[in-house]
Amino acid sequence: MEEALLRAVLFGTPLLLAGLGALLSERGGVVNLGVEGMMALSALVAFAVGLQVHPALGVLAGMGVGSLLGLFLGVFAVSLRANQFVAGLALAALGLGASGLLGKRYEGTPLPNPLPEGMLAMLALILALGLHLLLSRTRFGLYLRSVGENPKAADLFGVSVDGVRYLALALGGGMIGLAGAYLSLAYRPSWTDGMTAGLGWVAIALVILAAWQPLRAIFGAYLFGLLFFLQFRLQGSVPIPSEAFAAMPYLLVILVLALSGRARAPKALGQPFDRGR
Amino acid sequence: MRWELDPSPSPRKVLLTYALFLGLALLGLGLLFLLYGVPPLKAYALLLSPLTDTLGLAEVMRRTIPLLLIGAGLALAFRIGFFNIGAEGQLLMGAVGAAYVALFLPPGLWSLPLMFLFGGSLGALWAGLAAWLRARFGVNEILTTLMQNYLVYYLVVYLVAGPWKGQMVFGFLYTDRFPPEAQLPRLGDTLVHWPTLVLGMVAAMGLQVLLFRTPLGFEWRVLGENPEAARYLGLKGGRLILLAALLSGFLAGLAGVGEVAGIHLRLLEPAQISLGYGFTAILAAWLARGRPLGVLLTAPLLGLILAGGDALKLALSMPFRVVDVAAGLLLLGFIGAEALSRRRLVWRR
Repeated sequence: MEEALLRAVLFGTPLLLAGLGALLSERGGVVNLGVEGMMALSALVAFAVGLQVHPALGVLAGMGVGSLLGLFLGVFAVSLRANQFVAGLALAALGLGASGLLGKRYEGTPLPNPLPEGMLAMLALILALGLHLLLSRTRFGLYLRSVGENPKAADLFGVSVDGVRYLALALGGGMIGLAGAYLSLAYRPSWTDGMTAGLGWVAIALVILAAWQPLRAIFGAYLFGLLFFLQFRLQGSVPIPSEAFAAMPYLLVILVLALSGRARAPKALGQPFDRGR
Repeated sequence: MRWELDPSPSPRKVLLTYALFLGLALLGLGLLFLLYGVPPLKAYALLLSPLTDTLGLAEVMRRTIPLLLIGAGLALAFRIGFFNIGAEGQLLMGAVGAAYVALFLPPGLWSLPLMFLFGGSLGALWAGLAAWLRARFGVNEILTTLMQNYLVYYLVVYLVAGPWKGQMVFGFLYTDRFPPEAQLPRLGDTLVHWPTLVLGMVAAMGLQVLLFRTPLGFEWRVLGENPEAARYLGLKGGRLILLAALLSGFLAGLAGVGEVAGIHLRLLEPAQISLGYGFTAILAAWLARGRPLGVLLTAPLLGLILAGGDALKLALSMPFRVVDVAAGLLLLGFIGAEALSRRRLVWRR
């Protein structure tokens, strides 16, 4: 039982981190569909730095890459007012492709001194609480929410809509990068192409499931973690093909999304902001 | 200084913007080649090498076929605001349907038509599910279709490793070879299964006519351009979206039938059936700007990138992922240019 809970938390941690990152920018009105690619590329960079320098520095490098990719998405989604969904999908492909390409030389190399998973899991929990406080108790949180709900009004009150959105993408990107670093430096201390295995997409679903609330994201992520654990546990002990178990998480995402109903999204989510209109 | 909409950009500005962004995308790709350790110019030459001989052109053509079918359907789906990201899975469903007919029904003249019909229908069903979930439960179709991709992926792995595994394939993960009646004819020695190519061209032209010359197409376009107006006119949005989803899924399913019946002649591991056609076709559809006919131009362009990626893999053993990089950069460059050409800087507050 204790083991189950521990595994659930450890498995839920990358989901929680990436989910918080996506949640942050979505509260500011920017959809980030690039999570999967951002995670993959930051996992690779974190691993490369961790292998050659030090894992702790690898974490920072992963977060840095995540932030930069967030800002890169911002160029299209914020400044150019391009279609956010398409920009995010393109970023996902770019990140997955670039990491697969550049990571080839690291495939199969183990990391001699991985980071403790528990420490990073704790950090994720603290970040979730911190994000909750940031959103509900600070001036920046107020600005962010107003930019996500009614950018026009926020603009009239002198809030820089673009500035806030960029900041949210950079901070969120850092969390997504941390999720990647957790995978390649702690959870499975190695690099393989496709190691994110769709976690980035599940994280986007988690944001909806959590109704854009950081505290609910904690429970959502751990719930998924528990389901992942049960899937591993049951595998082999029941006469069901292993592929069915492997497919289970993705089926669960669909079911959960259907059951969670129409949670209220930030009003300006996905809409570019134009002062003139 | 202000950053505002430019309602009527001059053709020169539009052209320059697109050239700029294409240049940036190529620069980014070159940078990645450099980081990977290959001289960029050599890599670019290899990427374009399929254009230099007939064998290469046939490779481009062969990869154009699924892009054409899927791209035409997606151009329609995107136009009306149904973001079908699951063409990859719908293609695999088509492959499963084709394999079922080929392996388990008595072969005959009816084999190929039945394979297309059944494979296409499974693809349509798979896409329709996402449209239904959106209409009934308000679930975002981007996530549903993405998750569905993983589901079919494992379904195909299960089938080729388990119940459908061939009798005479020993350690390999694929089914027995399809009977001759269930194999598509090809052009000469190439892998160009021309009946599917014809289907793709007909689909692109047919959808274009449907979209621009019929009452249904008018309703689709109204819904895509202005959902509010569509509601005001009393159009049934859910039904219109479902119909477009079914069509795009059906076409993706046909593409899957073509791949297994025209090239591999058996059902095999998903990564070998599709080289990421589902995603590349998204790019083909987006570049076509919501015009199914435009895919006749954009699909060969992306077919070239896929064939070029294969050349890079063969010559330099570069991971095929390079195609994702190229597709991602091109897509970003295109939407960037599209967005930038519609804006201007104004030097006043």
